[in-house]
Amino acid sequence: MTIEETGKQIAAEFELFDDWMDKYNYLIELGKGLPLIDESQKKPENLIVGCQSRVWINAEYADGKVIFHADSDAIITKGLVSLLLRAINNHTPDEIMNADLSFLDNTGLKDHLSPTRSNGLVSMVKQAKFYAMAFKAKETGSL
Amino acid sequence: MESSFDVTRIRSHFPILEQRVHDRQLVYFDNAATTQNPLAVTDAVSDYYNRYNSNVHRGVHHLSQVATEAMENARKKVARFINATHSHEVIFTRGTTEAINLVATSFGQAFLKPGDEILLTTLEHHSNIVPWQMACERTGAVLKVVPVNLRGEIDLEELAGLLTQRTRIVAVAHVSNALGTILPVKEIVKLAHRYNIPVLVDGAQAAPHLRVDVQDLGCDFYAFSGHKLYAPMGIGVLYGREELLNQMPPYQGGGEMIGSVSFEKTTYNELPYKFEAGTPDVGGIIGLAAAINYLASVGFDEAMRYEDELLDYATRKLKAISGVTLIGTASQKTGVLSFLIDNVHPYDAGTIIDHFGIAVRTGHHCAQPLMDYMGIPGTIRASFAFYNTPAEIDLLAEAIAKVKEMLT
Repeated sequence: MTIEETGKQIAAEFELFDDWMDKYNYLIELGKGLPLIDESQKKPENLIVGCQSRVWINAEYADGKVIFHADSDAIITKGLVSLLLRAINNHTPDEIMNADLSFLDNTGLKDHLSPTRSNGLVSMVKQAKFYAMAFKAKETGSL
Repeated sequence: MESSFDVTRIRSHFPILEQRVHDRQLVYFDNAATTQNPLAVTDAVSDYYNRYNSNVHRGVHHLSQVATEAMENARKKVARFINATHSHEVIFTRGTTEAINLVATSFGQAFLKPGDEILLTTLEHHSNIVPWQMACERTGAVLKVVPVNLRGEIDLEELAGLLTQRTRIVAVAHVSNALGTILPVKEIVKLAHRYNIPVLVDGAQAAPHLRVDVQDLGCDFYAFSGHKLYAPMGIGVLYGREELLNQMPPYQGGGEMIGSVSFEKTTYNELPYKFEAGTPDVGGIIGLAAAINYLASVGFDEAMRYEDELLDYATRKLKAISGVTLIGTASQKTGVLSFLIDNVHPYDAGTIIDHFGIAVRTGHHCAQPLMDYMGIPGTIRASFAFYNTPAEIDLLAEAIAKVKEMLT
């Protein structure tokens, strides 16, 4: 599935919910799931700073695909992080760099991706794209 | 709560409150960040722009004279509001932050030397920390910090113990923006003045909730913002004692602050204009004067009594919810109720509470050193104004119950 297809699937799942409370309950369930990042990776260099909720992200690169690990101390943020990871994980650097993440617009959770929320998600997406860029540069030897 | 205060009438003065957010009646509990403007203020500002908008001072034409007179009357009104000795001790700034930057820069340039000390407290807003750190970088002075206890109070003896022969200024909040603690400013001034150390008071959170009398407090500088006092954003006040202001160099250069200018030598205007470079925010100044009039018409003391009752009611109501911990339980408090919900991140709580149409603030409230000291990532803060009601506090309590249900 492409990133956009996964995005559409996620948006469709959210359309099933009638009200905001159900949407948040679903996000909270996602957020309460397994830790998305190993505790040892919750180190300062993986922390996105300056945000109300803390977000950690790191990435590995194997067989031409990027796998991100990310987490947050706020559950709603963590739920959103898990949705983003579901869409962008296991894709090539090019796909991630060019990904259209506007699917969140259709989930009714768009506000959380607004830079004014300062919940770390916008910075996380930026950071994910930087990782993709770096992996690509490393591979093509331009770094 | 039993109060004769007619809050229904008061609310009719604030059209912004009559709106729905997320399909619910708005409950505005973010007053420590910004208060709303009554019609009396927005009308006065629009009247200024519609009838006498003009650049002030030096204008011989009619409109300029009307605008200048309105601005200078506003200055007198502000001086009376804080009981300053002279109206030229009132300097208009963009807000509290600019007022403190003015003092840190100008006082710093005149009086701070390497090794000199600036005394602050742990509960200061970043606006009363960072300007002093910058002054330290420029002058080689150092910061000293008075700790707070777990209730959010400072100990006067500890403060006294930190005053040394090198202390050049004490800069303290009158009311903590994160906890609501009222600091014993008058006593702090007495202690500092024993050694002739001037005191700056960050009054951003106090001006809307306490009667400020700078002569009674004895402070040397007092800073506050219009937008936390029912006036527009972008206007604030620095009160400074004449004697000190006269010893300080200008903060910014430009129009209005000059006596005469030549390329060889510029002389500076007298107070207060020396510190008001450039065209002032006349509309904001008119708005601030209108807000002070409005407070008088509402009955400031009665409104403050009502606010205290609201804070008491909210404190009792939230205390009774299991899993809610109040942050900041000083014996003297005003305006602010900070709290945490067990095992719930403030950001998550704030997100859910917002969906109930309730505006609260979450995070460190620009007081990171205080949050670090208390070992918490931040708080959820409800802050009150006299247009709030006990029924709104009940709605907050219901929203908190829902947060607990969803998130724990």
